[in-house]
Amino acid sequence: MTDDLTRLTVKEAHRLLRLGSVSAADMVTAHVERIERLDPHVKAYLRFTPELWEKQAAEADRLIHEGESRPLLGIPIAIKDVLCVRGVETTAGSQILKGFRPPYTATAVQRLFDAGALMLGVTNCDEFAMGSSTENSSYFPTRNPWDLERVPGGSSGGSAAAVAAGEAMIALGTDTGGSIRQPAALCGVVGMKPTYGRVSRYGLIAFASSLDQVGPFARSVDDAAVVLSLMSGFDPLDATSSERPGMEVLNNYGAGVKGMRLGVPREYYDVKGIEPGVKAAIDAALAVLRMQGAETVDVSLPHTDYGLAAYYIIAPAECSSNLARFDGVRYGLSEVDAPNITEQYLETRRKGFGGEVLRRVMLGTYALSSGYYDAYYLKAQKVRTLIKRDFDEAFKKCDAIVSATSPTVAFPLGAKTQDPLSMYLCDVLTLGGNLAGLPGISVPCGTSDGLPVGLQVLAPQWGENVALRVARAYEEASQVTAQVADVV
Amino acid sequence: MLARLGIEPGDEAYYAEQLSGILEHIDRLQQLDTEHIPPTAQVVEVASRLREDEPRPSLTQEEALANAPAAVNGFFRVPSIQEET
Amino acid sequence: MSSTWEIVIGMEVHVQPRTRSKMFCGCAIGELGDPPNTHVCEVCLGLPGVLPVPNKAAVEACLKTALALGCEIPRHTKFDRKNYMYPDLPKGYQISQYDLPMSVNGHLEVGGHKVRIRRVHLEEDTGKLVHAGDKLHKAWESYVDLNRAGVPLMEIVTEPDIRSADQARDYAMELRTLLRTIGASEADMEKGQLRAEPNVSIRRQGSEELGVKTELKNINSFRALHRAILFEVDRHRQVLESGGTVVQETRGWSEAEQRTFSQRSKELAEDYRYFPEPDIPPLELDPPWIERLREALPEMPAPRRERLVRAHGLPASDVAVIGADRELADLFEGAVATGAAAKQVANWIVGEVAPTGKLPSAANLGELVKLVTDGSITRDQGREVLAESVETGRTPAEIVAEHGFQQVSDESELRVLAQAVIDANPKAAADFRGGKKQAMQALMAELRKRAPQANPRAANEVLIRLLS
Ligand SMILES: [Mg+2]
Ligand SMILES: [Zn+2]
Repeated sequence: MTDDLTRLTVKEAHRLLRLGSVSAADMVTAHVERIERLDPHVKAYLRFTPELWEKQAAEADRLIHEGESRPLLGIPIAIKDVLCVRGVETTAGSQILKGFRPPYTATAVQRLFDAGALMLGVTNCDEFAMGSSTENSSYFPTRNPWDLERVPGGSSGGSAAAVAAGEAMIALGTDTGGSIRQPAALCGVVGMKPTYGRVSRYGLIAFASSLDQVGPFARSVDDAAVVLSLMSGFDPLDATSSERPGMEVLNNYGAGVKGMRLGVPREYYDVKGIEPGVKAAIDAALAVLRMQGAETVDVSLPHTDYGLAAYYIIAPAECSSNLARFDGVRYGLSEVDAPNITEQYLETRRKGFGGEVLRRVMLGTYALSSGYYDAYYLKAQKVRTLIKRDFDEAFKKCDAIVSATSPTVAFPLGAKTQDPLSMYLCDVLTLGGNLAGLPGISVPCGTSDGLPVGLQVLAPQWGENVALRVARAYEEASQVTAQVADVV
Repeated sequence: MLARLGIEPGDEAYYAEQLSGILEHIDRLQQLDTEHIPPTAQVVEVASRLREDEPRPSLTQEEALANAPAAVNGFFRVPSIQEET
Repeated sequence: MSSTWEIVIGMEVHVQPRTRSKMFCGCAIGELGDPPNTHVCEVCLGLPGVLPVPNKAAVEACLKTALALGCEIPRHTKFDRKNYMYPDLPKGYQISQYDLPMSVNGHLEVGGHKVRIRRVHLEEDTGKLVHAGDKLHKAWESYVDLNRAGVPLMEIVTEPDIRSADQARDYAMELRTLLRTIGASEADMEKGQLRAEPNVSIRRQGSEELGVKTELKNINSFRALHRAILFEVDRHRQVLESGGTVVQETRGWSEAEQRTFSQRSKELAEDYRYFPEPDIPPLELDPPWIERLREALPEMPAPRRERLVRAHGLPASDVAVIGADRELADLFEGAVATGAAAKQVANWIVGEVAPTGKLPSAANLGELVKLVTDGSITRDQGREVLAESVETGRTPAEIVAEHGFQQVSDESELRVLAQAVIDANPKAAADFRGGKKQAMQALMAELRKRAPQANPRAANEVLIRLLS
């Protein structure tokens, strides 16, 4: 019985809690038991937060008893290690932040707490969200619950794996180039990246500020939609957050796809390295959507081949600056007894940062340096304009764009760690959405060789409801829903 | 001293090799003619986001120093500030 | 200074705009001497994950300054990151403005000489370092206080149009007057609210080419600014005349030693890797907003000074004081408007009001000046009345009535008094009669000691009449 509680969607759990058939404390117990059994294998979590869940569950049970209804009352969630939670060690998967306890809570997390959620713990991720496999975590790699010898994707691999393994009902991740959608696809859950500016970035440890967004992992499109709507909306602490009301992401999203035009970009459909099994799953998904009354149309995103290159200038450039604050002066790891400040900086950062972080900081520093700024950084920004225009043109011909989320299914641990470029190519179908600031969702669409495949739906800026509408119609018609992996 | 990373001398070649592969991929951007294309630094729709000049409470000194690796008399302590030569 | 050299100076001035909170967070602006790290929050400490939100009052102060300097205001502006690592810079970058500053191409007239303003932009201050050890370069450890980190700063940069140390000082003083006039800053140099950093070079008279410049820092007063430039010009001249070359570098001014010293031994121009600040959306400087700010600007100091001379005939010495402070100038014109004599009002402001810094209302000052001028009260009584009026806000007439300060001008009473003084000082009286006019001073002093409220002019007349 208690294990069944870990297979529920938010919608189902909410009903049980409201009826009083289970308590928030039961929810926690069921999840903690499952975590104790499975997480030694999956390793989705970096650390747990009993002091929070105990307090939050007691409060939730009190409120339920008083008849108060909040959308996430009693719902257990997991938070990626890049979202600050007051008093909880938050390290961005890095040694350099070991022991850091922020005196503030990220706005997105706070809004879920306010909606009644219970925090189970902090999930693993690639260091500073740089990676596509969660192998760049400085602590340990997370495993894919469907095959423990494979990666869960990344960088939000811990959150995706936790939801897939029934170790959390909802989890938060962040997506800079695909870090929510790609692990969602590889772990067989729903993951959504909102429009840039939809969700406050306050309290999100920055990787690349002009690309980062916070978003949910869930086991149904409905759950993802509700969680996203709760997190969304203006935050006076984030000057880039939109004033649009968060609830608009739910507008009409259950209306089905009849009459909608879905664009299939040939550059995405035939992207280099796409696996036949992935392509087959996408073909089947397109057929399902057509049967529901959607029309699929050919569109083109002609600058797709340049997206990765532009991304790997812009993101490292921003990160080289964002990570300058990790100097061992005010927090985190420090070689404070170095003979002079320069040595302190060098030693602190050499010890505290992993290889991928060092690589990107070097790359970004290089791209911004005076002799190379025009050829690299400025050029990449101009290509960003071209990529944005590609999407603008495509959206004149269609309501949403559909494709695979990842060209491949989950790959074996270690398969790409020696070749950074091959790892970067994991994001080739997702990073365009970040460069253009678009909302995108990945929804499970069957399997290839027994491993999950994800269908990506991209919509114009502020069209979360459009992306959700396509994803939900697919989920409903296909009966392909996120399953809980029974790991062992 | 770029970006103050403290790469070990022996690792330089390793990183250079990896970076050269990425830089080679990145060099494809030079194929595109972008002379008349404006740059996009941000995709935000908002502009002129200003805050009213109203003070809010600061942290206490204790909170401010809570995560400090080394603190002395309310200050953060750092080693000697010596110019590089 | 050999006349074959020409001095070329450009000025970079950092000014702290008048705001209650910091540039990008809600921390209050602390005072000098506050305990360290007590005006800091997660934003100005540069903790991970936090974001800057710009302060509207700082932006408006910068725009007002730019308008007052006759700058062009572009339609769009943005913030950029200036990247360098130093322990007083919490984020590892300073949020500043690079290629699209808030304003460009203004000017400021200094003693009839036009100094062109290249740009006025907005940025944030760094924290403070305290060094343990003897000198900066010998420090064995340092302590970081981030109370100042994130305090707003306007950076005002001139073209190299300044030609002497005097002019540089006058430029800085004129800028201070302007900033105070428009209310953009208190611009107190001692409190670090105005920091002038001249870059100095010299070249052969008639040469078009600029010489190698040095940038001077740590200047805490107008006097220091003047001296530092004089010292530096002389140093350049000695270097060049002995066949050497000036090294481009940053030099600090030592107030104790009255000389400049090299702060950065080598000037490998640091690569700041500027790029647009992704955390702050661009600023649209809407013309109606700018127009509203422009219309709200008070009269600028220069035309006002001109008017003080032209309309009221004030001498330069009075204008220098009254025209340097908007509140004093407002007080002057307000008091004159009540019908008080302009020169008398000016005397009272320069002599009595300006030194105390405590201002009466214009109506009260006007009334006071009239009471003194028409002899109703003495000048000494006037001072007392002024102080009390400033203190309580009551009118001079009320105060005079209460203290019985009304002067005695009644002829018959004065005659009794004068006779008594003459009788008590026969020697002085005799001296006066004998032609020693100075003896009158002693008699008047005696009279005023006995009757402070006696009208001095009337009493003087009575004494003369009795003695002739
Ligand atoms: Mg500056
Ligand atoms: Zn602050």
